Amino acid sequence: MFRIIEKEMLTPAVCRMKVEAPRLARAARPGQFLIVRTDEKGERIPLTISDYDAAAGTVTIVTQAIGASSNDIISLETGESFEDVVGPLGRSSDFVGMTPERLASERFIFIAGGVGTAPVYPQVRWLREHGAAVDVIIGAKTAELLIYKDEMKAVCDNLFICTDDGSEGFHGMVTALLEKLVGEGRDYTRAVAIGPMIMMKFTTMTAKRLGLPVTVSLNTLMVDGTGMCGACRVTVGGKVRFACVEGPEFDGWEVDFDEALRRQRQYAEEEKEAMENHVCKIGRGK
Amino acid sequence: MANRIPRVQAREQDPLSRAHNFEEVCYGYDAAEATLEASRCLNCKNPRCVAACPVGIDIPGFISEVAAGRFGDAAAVIAKDSSLPAVCGRVCPQETQCEGSCALGIKGESVAIGKLERFVADWSRENGVRTYAASTPENARKVAVIGSGPAGLACAGDLAKMGYRVTIFEALHKPGGVLEYGIPEFRLPKDSVLKSAIEDIRALGVRIETDVVVGRTVTIDSLMEEEGFDAVFVGTGAGLPKFMGIPGENLNGVFSANEFLTRNNLMKAYRKDYLTPIHTGKRVAVVGGGNVAMDAARTALRLGADTTIVYRRTEAELPARAEEVHHARQEGIHFELLTNPVEIIGSPDGKVTAIRCIRMELGTPDESGRRSPVPVAGSEFEMETDTVIMALGTAPNPLISKTTDGLETSRKGALVADENGATTREGIFAGGDAVSGAATVILAMGAGRKAAKSIDEYLKK
Repeated sequence: MFRIIEKEMLTPAVCRMKVEAPRLARAARPGQFLIVRTDEKGERIPLTISDYDAAAGTVTIVTQAIGASSNDIISLETGESFEDVVGPLGRSSDFVGMTPERLASERFIFIAGGVGTAPVYPQVRWLREHGAAVDVIIGAKTAELLIYKDEMKAVCDNLFICTDDGSEGFHGMVTALLEKLVGEGRDYTRAVAIGPMIMMKFTTMTAKRLGLPVTVSLNTLMVDGTGMCGACRVTVGGKVRFACVEGPEFDGWEVDFDEALRRQRQYAEEEKEAMENHVCKIGRGK
Repeated sequence: MANRIPRVQAREQDPLSRAHNFEEVCYGYDAAEATLEASRCLNCKNPRCVAACPVGIDIPGFISEVAAGRFGDAAAVIAKDSSLPAVCGRVCPQETQCEGSCALGIKGESVAIGKLERFVADWSRENGVRTYAASTPENARKVAVIGSGPAGLACAGDLAKMGYRVTIFEALHKPGGVLEYGIPEFRLPKDSVLKSAIEDIRALGVRIETDVVVGRTVTIDSLMEEEGFDAVFVGTGAGLPKFMGIPGENLNGVFSANEFLTRNNLMKAYRKDYLTPIHTGKRVAVVGGGNVAMDAARTALRLGADTTIVYRRTEAELPARAEEVHHARQEGIHFELLTNPVEIIGSPDGKVTAIRCIRMELGTPDESGRRSPVPVAGSEFEMETDTVIMALGTAPNPLISKTTDGLETSRKGALVADENGATTREGIFAGGDAVSGAATVILAMGAGRKAAKSIDEYLKK
């Protein structure tokens, strides 16, 4: 049912897949996510939607191999299928509800880190199609881990690259580059940061210092993704919220990142054990 | 006299061994035991058990068939009123319904109606006896059923029997709703009992589409306007977990019972060959006293944890089925009654280490008639624990009400529907926990069946 029609390795550990999911592709909006399950014994894995094509009935996901379950995703080949793909889940980005006049007056800066770069792409494309000005920062540890450079260049106004080791673009973290751009007089009205939780935390701290509102997309733990389990609960503005139905995007200034970082590691011991014991059976006739 | 025979006890797995496995606790009756137990029924002229059954099963009718050894005929009697007897025989609170009203129970022990219902259903399944033939759609009207729990399955089954073309949309990857994600394997075996109950519904021609979240993947409006459904039944249950709002509830190691049970049941975390993780640690405290609390506690016990139920009222007020409480005690679950958590305490790195509780005493009755517990001043104490599971009840999920214009909800978020299941919008019906708030499988099933009847009347207009 959920057949993989294209697969491409973007870096040795990051893989992009185009998957058939017609109902999902028709309903998807920027900012939403989906859940996949590779096979009967697999986990339900939440992934941000990296692209969607209603006419073709496909969605694009980008996955990084970091554990037993993400390794299982990456081991699937073109022509094979996911057992399940469900979504779109969560609320769409707030800007989807903005008036055209409002959008035309906004100057967005997106800060994308690692695989978080992929879901930034449809947001930037949507905003440009709706008349907003959009700059993008893509950050990675080193040049060969940068993804979506060409795609992003094609849809944004200005693309800025930074690497921790200086192998490409600005030498330094996304936070330093953001500070530099604002220091040069670029008067952004709104920032959006998507990437690892720790990167979103520090980007939010920088943005707050610069007085820049920032939206973050929280990649919390989840099971069902429909508000049923509460594994995804985060504290935002002192209130407990469910990232799966009330998020995944929140006002970064209000998010308790230290709690979110800690809660992400809730099953760290169990996952380490699973990684050590897991023998991937996908692609071997199941 | 028939009632001189003592109630036939159903055989059960030994408590000490079952505390370490997920196999079913109760083995149920064999044919001889069922026939003997059935012979105890007085066949009352005015059967109070039937009046006490939410779906009005002809209880003396099916029991007399069992007593005569005609098990297939007994199944046919039950099938007139219930579509999930193998499930209800296992999970209904019989002691407050049919068995609680049994004439024999006044002086002695009531007839084991639940165990007999289960026997008839299991016997039919094992002997390949189908209680109704698959029907072919005789009209082209399409009905969408949202949710494949007890309400949805019952509604879909009845509509299919009337000849409607029915599609069930299920948000999760497996059908069954709470029967799949909530009730554990040791109470309701999934691969035998539940799977076959769902196969029976499919055999009637009902299509089940999983991985569709109505309110996200599609909306009720798109189903009606673009996909041509003439009516919709909403049986989405009460899936939203409640928390207490006390300090420390977001520490690592605090889970909703929904999360804990979903990981274990739907995702099969108790099996080494499944990837989804589950966390217990050495000690688990489960807060709450309902069936879900018992299920979570007995699951934690089976995963190897020393487990305690923390409940703010007394044993008499425990809302769980009597059998579940009895089984939990037999298996070695501890009970801290008249006790309420006030804070969850964690280590510097944010992991649960203890739960601070206060002793309670029963005060004056509240609006539900139950005596409300009040804290005893100065009685606070700490209980060491690695995990806290909150089993405080659930509320209806707002996904559908928020994405469908014209659907009124109550203050608590439940869909407003009349006694026939009609909501405030034409063509949309609802029933089960989505309307009543968290209740029982049998009440949801009854509501689903009632709504099927109203949908039929509505579409015939």
